[in-house]
Amino acid sequence: MIRILHIAAKDLKEEFRTKQMLNSMVLFSLLVIVVFSITFAPILGSSQDVAMVAPGVLWIAFIFAGSIGLSRSFVAELENGCLEGLKLCPIGRSSIYTGKMMANMVLMLLVEIITVPLFAIMFNFSITGLFWLGIIIFLGTVGFVCVGTLLSALTVNTRTREILLPVLLLPLVLPALIPAVMATGSILMGASYGDISQELRLLLVYDVVFFLVAQLVFEYVIQD
Amino acid sequence: MSERMLRDKILPVLSAMSMLLAIGMIIFYLPDMKGAMGETLDMSFRIFYFHMPIAITSYLAFTVVFVSSILFLRTGKYSYDILSRSAAEVGVIFAFLVLVTGSIWAKATWGWYWVWEPRLTTSLALFLVYVAYIVLRQAVDGADKRARLASVFGILGFISVPLSFLSIRLWRSAHPLMFGDTSGSSGGGLEGTSLQLTLLVNVIAFVLLFITLVVYKMQNEMMEERADEIRASLD
Amino acid sequence: MDAILSLNNVSKKFGNMPVLKGIDLDIKKGEFVALLGANGAGKTTLVKIMSALSSPSEGTVMVNGKDILNDQGSLRSIIGVISHETYLYNDLTAVENLRFFGQMYGIASENLEARINGLLEQVELVKRADDRVSTFSRGMKQRLSIARALLHEPSILFLDEPYTGLDQHAAHAFEKVLLELDPKDTTRLMITHDINRTYNMCDRVIILDKGSIVFDSLMSEVASAEELRDIYSSHVGDNDTF
Ligand SMILES: Nc1ncnc2c1ncn2[C@@H]1O[C@H](COP(=O)(O)OP(=O)(O)OP(=O)(O)O)[C@@H](O)[C@H]1O
Ligand SMILES: [Mg+2]
Repeated sequence: MIRILHIAAKDLKEEFRTKQMLNSMVLFSLLVIVVFSITFAPILGSSQDVAMVAPGVLWIAFIFAGSIGLSRSFVAELENGCLEGLKLCPIGRSSIYTGKMMANMVLMLLVEIITVPLFAIMFNFSITGLFWLGIIIFLGTVGFVCVGTLLSALTVNTRTREILLPVLLLPLVLPALIPAVMATGSILMGASYGDISQELRLLLVYDVVFFLVAQLVFEYVIQD
Repeated sequence: MSERMLRDKILPVLSAMSMLLAIGMIIFYLPDMKGAMGETLDMSFRIFYFHMPIAITSYLAFTVVFVSSILFLRTGKYSYDILSRSAAEVGVIFAFLVLVTGSIWAKATWGWYWVWEPRLTTSLALFLVYVAYIVLRQAVDGADKRARLASVFGILGFISVPLSFLSIRLWRSAHPLMFGDTSGSSGGGLEGTSLQLTLLVNVIAFVLLFITLVVYKMQNEMMEERADEIRASLD
Repeated sequence: MDAILSLNNVSKKFGNMPVLKGIDLDIKKGEFVALLGANGAGKTTLVKIMSALSSPSEGTVMVNGKDILNDQGSLRSIIGVISHETYLYNDLTAVENLRFFGQMYGIASENLEARINGLLEQVELVKRADDRVSTFSRGMKQRLSIARALLHEPSILFLDEPYTGLDQHAAHAFEKVLLELDPKDTTRLMITHDINRTYNMCDRVIILDKGSIVFDSLMSEVASAEELRDIYSSHVGDNDTF
């Protein structure tokens, strides 16, 4: 539906006008990479050890930067009662969800595109298998954003949303995080598709299940 | 009236009796357990007969949360929300006990308090999800909204647990840890009827205990609601 | 029955607190209804239920004979709402806001730009069309929000304290826009606390008190604004004026 794209475009237009959120997400993500690379400096020489910790670091950077961005995803909708205005429009409630989710997806991917090169430099990776790495990051991010957008709407009216969102989000994204980290590790060690097919399948299942469930329950989240 | 009887008298008595029987069976009825090498294991393995029924009960608790959350969203009846929250609070205690008994067992068997065994780790994920559920309930103002948002989270959480199990199992098989596949068939030889019977009685006892606790918790919550209502009508 | 909007035994509770109690109401096509009542009487809640923003705890709302809760969008596209919330995105310009909501209402893009320009002229915001809403004054935002609500030419218009923040001139211009709407096409329901204005503009008056309708009459049966004021205070009392 074209209106979903209009909602996503509206969100992105708002964001790029101020770039407030994008800037802090990118900065935060890069900081996580730098701080971890400093802490792990002693083992950076051994590629074996690096391969053990680096994928986790990369995903921690994505997820923490992502929760910062997501916690504000619905804040603009609350100003001036915009969400109510949107609910008055003849569009399905789930279109609102899908539109916002797509916008968040674009922001996350931008952060990731900027983070990965820095990550490669700081952790001495010559990135091989860029295609599959891209697929893993994409599938992992879809799962994260699917649940994150829903929980962003769910927490936006609470006093402690900035901290509540990660508390709710992390246990729920665990099933996506584990295969994403594993597959990233394997690819960075030079594995091929055959070695990560199970992880990819699990990510795909997670994405599909939570996308569908989110469509179903979103209306209850924004109901009055 | 008869429902009251059931709730106030029969249920607690029944669950106390079955619990006594269950504990008695573990201590006196179970034969000695032989390890893989034929050596006699010490008492610590018997904690398994608590561990597994508690784990089953904790999964049951969150199935109740899941179902009553769906029912609340469908019907908007508060009694379903009271059921969800009571089951979640009792369930989170059971989930915690799973972790405690699991680590005692792990310590006795493998010498570590924590093993990244798929089922135990899944219990950890389950525990974290439902701690988050309770945190969410406390963070939301307004009974209506709290019930609605918690129901949504109860549904999401329940769906995430089997997915957690799948991904943890995958991860475990990729990183073999300190023990082999013995954890897969966690009781050794469970074929013995006395063992099966003990396990069954324990499962029944813990499920009864769970039902009793939830019923009492619900009764409490309903009384509190009533008190709120009366308070509201006074001013 | 030519009731375009009809409420049957509508009640709403927030938790245990009843806010609306068994509201029965029929509004005829083309009427301009005033909804009066003290703060907290439940007026906004009632309008939210009538515009499908929230669902009643009990009872039904029918628009054109169809239950609004089963609406797939066709009913929502004939409803417009102006409230004290402006429903505008601060970081978008006036035109971008109108264009976005136009797209949401599925207005064809070839008609949309002309419609936007016409409305901006009516609410006298042409000069600020490309400025961000965050730089607008309260009254300018309210004017833009009026344009936003009229964009899709709604046949039912709900107005919840639409005068919030409007100066004399803007209020006058708004009144003109409002009264120019053809009663053949538009049914209007307005919440306001301004009894003189109500008396001059509306053709039916409803008073809501503590969640119940306590007075409902054609304006032609009320002799003067003074009488309306007397009726209002006899039903609602003066306990809400400090
Ligand atoms: N989301 C909500 N949750 C709980 N209570 C609410 C909510 N919205 C409204 N109420 C309560 O419902 C009652 C009616 O509110 P409403 O906004 O409908 O009043 P109103 O007639 O529009 O008043 P005003 O003239 O101040 O705009 C109030 O007591 C208010 O506290
Ligand atoms: Mg109001």
